[in-house]
Amino acid sequence: MNRMSGIAVPGRGAAGLFTQWNRRAVFGWVGLLLLALVPVASHATDTPYLINAMARFVIYGLAAVSLDLVLGYGALISFGHAMFFGLGGYVVAIITFHAVEAGPLFGWAGSTQALVVWPIALACCALLGWGVGYLALRTSGVQFIMITLAFGQMVYFILVSLQVYGGDDGLMMSQRSQLPGIDLADPVSFYYVSLAVLALWTLFCVKLVNSRYGMVLQALRQSERRAVNLGVAPMSYRLSAFVISAVGTGMAGILWANYAELVTPDMAAWTKSGELMAIVILGGVGTLLGPIAGAAVFLGLEQALSAWTEHWMFIMGPILVLVVLAGKHGLFGYWLGKRHG
Amino acid sequence: MALLFEQLLNGLQFGAMLFMLASGLTLIFGIMGVINLTHGSFYMVGAYCGAFALAHTNSFAAGAVAGLAGAALYGLLVEFTVIRRLYKRDHLYQVLATFGLILFTNEAVSMIFGRQPPMVEIPAFLQGTVALAPGFQYPLMRLAFIVVGALVALGLWFLINRTRVGMLVRAGADDREMVDALGIDIQKLYSVVFGLGALLCGLAGVMAAPLLAVEIGMGERVLITTFVVIVIGGVGSVRGAMAGALLVGMVDSLGRAYFPQLLGAVLSPEVADMLAAGLVSASVYVLMALVLIFRPKGLLG
Repeated sequence: MNRMSGIAVPGRGAAGLFTQWNRRAVFGWVGLLLLALVPVASHATDTPYLINAMARFVIYGLAAVSLDLVLGYGALISFGHAMFFGLGGYVVAIITFHAVEAGPLFGWAGSTQALVVWPIALACCALLGWGVGYLALRTSGVQFIMITLAFGQMVYFILVSLQVYGGDDGLMMSQRSQLPGIDLADPVSFYYVSLAVLALWTLFCVKLVNSRYGMVLQALRQSERRAVNLGVAPMSYRLSAFVISAVGTGMAGILWANYAELVTPDMAAWTKSGELMAIVILGGVGTLLGPIAGAAVFLGLEQALSAWTEHWMFIMGPILVLVVLAGKHGLFGYWLGKRHG
Repeated sequence: MALLFEQLLNGLQFGAMLFMLASGLTLIFGIMGVINLTHGSFYMVGAYCGAFALAHTNSFAAGAVAGLAGAALYGLLVEFTVIRRLYKRDHLYQVLATFGLILFTNEAVSMIFGRQPPMVEIPAFLQGTVALAPGFQYPLMRLAFIVVGALVALGLWFLINRTRVGMLVRAGADDREMVDALGIDIQKLYSVVFGLGALLCGLAGVMAAPLLAVEIGMGERVLITTFVVIVIGGVGSVRGAMAGALLVGMVDSLGRAYFPQLLGAVLSPEVADMLAAGLVSASVYVLMALVLIFRPKGLLG
């Protein structure tokens, strides 16, 4: 098949055999296969740090997919998503801190069991997402961007003021969460758990955006007035999408806390929200799989540039500008096909 | 009583600075439809250029000119190279491109001026305090800041309401396409507005340099507060920016002075101390959230 024609006319190459959705599926499954082989490659080439670098990327990929759900399909430009990343991480770290060192928290001894702690952290993120979404969705446009930013900053400053949990310096996690039968302290096991979470969550999101629910969400993006006249109540759809996205981002925060064994207020800083947004746009807004690749490119660039020069932001900044000026599909958007509409 | 008076003046001073930044930002958004995160960077560039010129010439006037010119020129450069291509784009892309510009500007400034934050002395004629009432002294520099802020507000009022450029600005804020269709070079108007905004940032940077730390990242901190101001006031409205700036300035200043005491009356001292610092920093965001919940378009939007 002629590659150029495939780019020019998404979804019409090779008599439909290699259609847009097939292409996405190929992109997804091949990507997953490659990611699954990382520990093997790392073992074969004797580069153990590769697993850690890839774990970082998988975690950011999870956050990026979640953000893309609201950014790309709900057209809700959240500039405060790092608050969920921070909250998810902090809840796990705080409960671990109480279980191991500090004694009971509200009369509960705490726990280090992932199956206990992680759902609690996710529930906290869902609750915060619901509250923030409920208030923020009364506005739209630039006001929505700014109110989500404001809530993100509130969470950030609250985390900074928590002196008991390290304030500015953050809180160390003395041990990773425990999963029955899986040793998360082992880098390879941790990597596979993160990858499994990413794969399942992406699959869930792909199913979600192609379900009736996802179609309504996209209809609201294309024309709110038309959708409303067809009998859709926008609030509940957008709010639930916001909450789902918050939970996914929170999960990434949980994994990050376990990966770094440290949580800091920076996890919730507005620059982190900007970074996540940059990753999504880099990969292609509204493609779900694109942002995962975007995470790889962003973190890879960051790593490569910072190894090369301490002034890496001097190059990274213009690259982001160029990505924007080059078009609205990001790096992988063309290849993965335009979002509907 | 003296404390309350002093805090009110401090709030006014912070409000004056926020107004210098917010008036440009709100015009840029209202007229050009661009969310410009780089606005804080112009403020930083102004402060650095001012500090650099001051250190080399020892003249505050030279510092002021360098700060204003540096910020305005950098603003025009950014408008010409990047912003011009973003007018018709989705907010999302404007946010990312200008976010990239922030990273670039921070790094460029630290490469040019070094990582060591420059010290800026208050110029001799603004040193010391002035007695505003018997027994009540207030620093002259802060008072000058308030006066300059008031002059900027008056000047903007005159520019917008009494001149031809101002008429075009008002028309542009109402309906860009109509202005364009009537044969006005809208591109030139955009450049003027953007340059003016950057110039005001430079002014704020030069004035703030002796009072606040001149350092990398100073722009982002104030940028977010500036956005809070324009969203509270109503995006696109200079009067709204004025109202928002004063409100945020007062809340911040009075919150810092009185909130810890108030909290101490309710909670135990150590808990109050712990929470107060964070909650005061968060207070302007709480204010913004409250305003938006009751008036989604802002106070004067």
